[in-house]
Amino acid sequence: MSGKPLVPAIEGWHTMEAKPHLIGTQCEVCGTFFFPKQNHFCKNPNCESTDFREVELSRTGQIWSYTNACYKPPPPFVAKEPFEPYAIAAVQLEDEKMVVLGQLVEGLSVADLKVGMPMELVLEELHETDEDIKVTWKWQPLAS
Amino acid sequence: MSNEIAILGAGMHPWGKWGHNFVEYGVAAAREAMADAGIPWKDVTFVSGGATIRCGYPGFVAGSTFAQALGWQGAEVNTSYAACASGSQALAAARNKILSGECEVALVVGADTTPKGFLAPAGGYRPEDPDWVRFYLGITNPTYFALYARRRMDVYGDTLDDFAAVKVKNSLVGSKNPRARYRKCFTAEDVAASAMVADPLRLMDICATSDGGAALIVSSLEYARKMGKGDAPRVAAISTVTPTFASSVVEMPDIATDSAAAAGVDAHAYRSTIPLKAYEEAGIGPQDIDLAEVYDLSTALELDWIEDLQLAPRGEAAALLRAGDTALGGKIPVNVSGGLACFGEAVPAQALSQVCELTWQLREQAGDRQVQGAKVGITANQGLFGHGSSVIIKR
Repeated sequence: MSGKPLVPAIEGWHTMEAKPHLIGTQCEVCGTFFFPKQNHFCKNPNCESTDFREVELSRTGQIWSYTNACYKPPPPFVAKEPFEPYAIAAVQLEDEKMVVLGQLVEGLSVADLKVGMPMELVLEELHETDEDIKVTWKWQPLAS
Repeated sequence: MSNEIAILGAGMHPWGKWGHNFVEYGVAAAREAMADAGIPWKDVTFVSGGATIRCGYPGFVAGSTFAQALGWQGAEVNTSYAACASGSQALAAARNKILSGECEVALVVGADTTPKGFLAPAGGYRPEDPDWVRFYLGITNPTYFALYARRRMDVYGDTLDDFAAVKVKNSLVGSKNPRARYRKCFTAEDVAASAMVADPLRLMDICATSDGGAALIVSSLEYARKMGKGDAPRVAAISTVTPTFASSVVEMPDIATDSAAAAGVDAHAYRSTIPLKAYEEAGIGPQDIDLAEVYDLSTALELDWIEDLQLAPRGEAAALLRAGDTALGGKIPVNVSGGLACFGEAVPAQALSQVCELTWQLREQAGDRQVQGAKVGITANQGLFGHGSSVIIKR
């Protein structure tokens, strides 16, 4: 191990503990949840609120669908050499009922997945820089 | 009170990777449409262009660019940008001008030149840009279409063979279309042998990007009658509705959907709402449709569209496909132009090319691709940022 510090790839989008949560916002008036955070105007057409509070979103949900990336994406993606395909899941969050995309943890393939499968949010390396290791949220099957 | 306008002419520059300026394609398509209509350029008083965002300033002002290229003659111009629905929005602008009585004959035209490879966002650290976020996290365009395809497999039981059958069907009929870019008849084995891009979609399940141009000459019904073309195909409806909160399907370039949990509203799948206004405006239903041109960005997406247009109950499009009903000669032929599978996408021209195909079909000029007795056709497409359209043409 490199001993480099772990830092979020995108600052402020998730907590950093062992059982992490995505950080969204909730409208103070109508209660609608947003991820990524919405801080300036509510996107519910029946609500004119401009007041939001930060909230931790449910860290579990069910697979809405899944796929993988067999080809190396262009920058700003930072690919390992040689490129390794990775799986991707769209997971519907337990309470908020919104669908959030993310990579699967390393070592899982589409053959391990099924629509409706219970999943949980974890943190894993996205890429490494000279100074630190950038981590992001990924999905993995919920430990039963 | 009729909201209909007449389609007097249709024209296209063949799709391909020609490497020319987009203006050439648009002018070629416009000239073909004018010749088809028997309308001299100087009689056109409104030029409605679909914008291309990849061709610099002339692309942003496409209506004016084409008017200048054809030779300034004082016509008023308009330019529409609505991603994949740009052509329909340009057509809607022409319809408004005609129905308001301000114009009798309009040219609607779109053309594009597209670069090779992935369309990547600008660099830096820009988490406020959803396009930057998704690329940084490794989520490219095929991801979204693969998610929709996989969901069909797990929820409805669609198979890889079904998706390949869409490609085989479209390539067979597209091989008969002289304006298509890909004219080879592919087999299910060809599809299966192509590289996996985003499971379950292989390279041959996904449409390419192309150069191309398409144009229409449209007029008031009265003008068409005066020309002796009172029986020309008519635009019976144009829907360009945006989504309704809360959107339940994750759409490119977003990383997440809306949340319907708190607001006391239902979640909606945008794609299925696009044709509703078109059916209502035309005063007809899915049972009246003879053929459809839909945006098959992937093979599996054609099946989604068939259900979104209500040509099959949800989850049953593959059964229609397996029965041969969506092929030429079937009960409800879909993409008899060959679709995006054979054309590749040329964004500002694509929605117009769908209308061109329906025009030729309804005039019984589609040759080997002719759908016998076609009287009513519908188009459907969807692009980024809440843009989509559905146009109904009838004769």
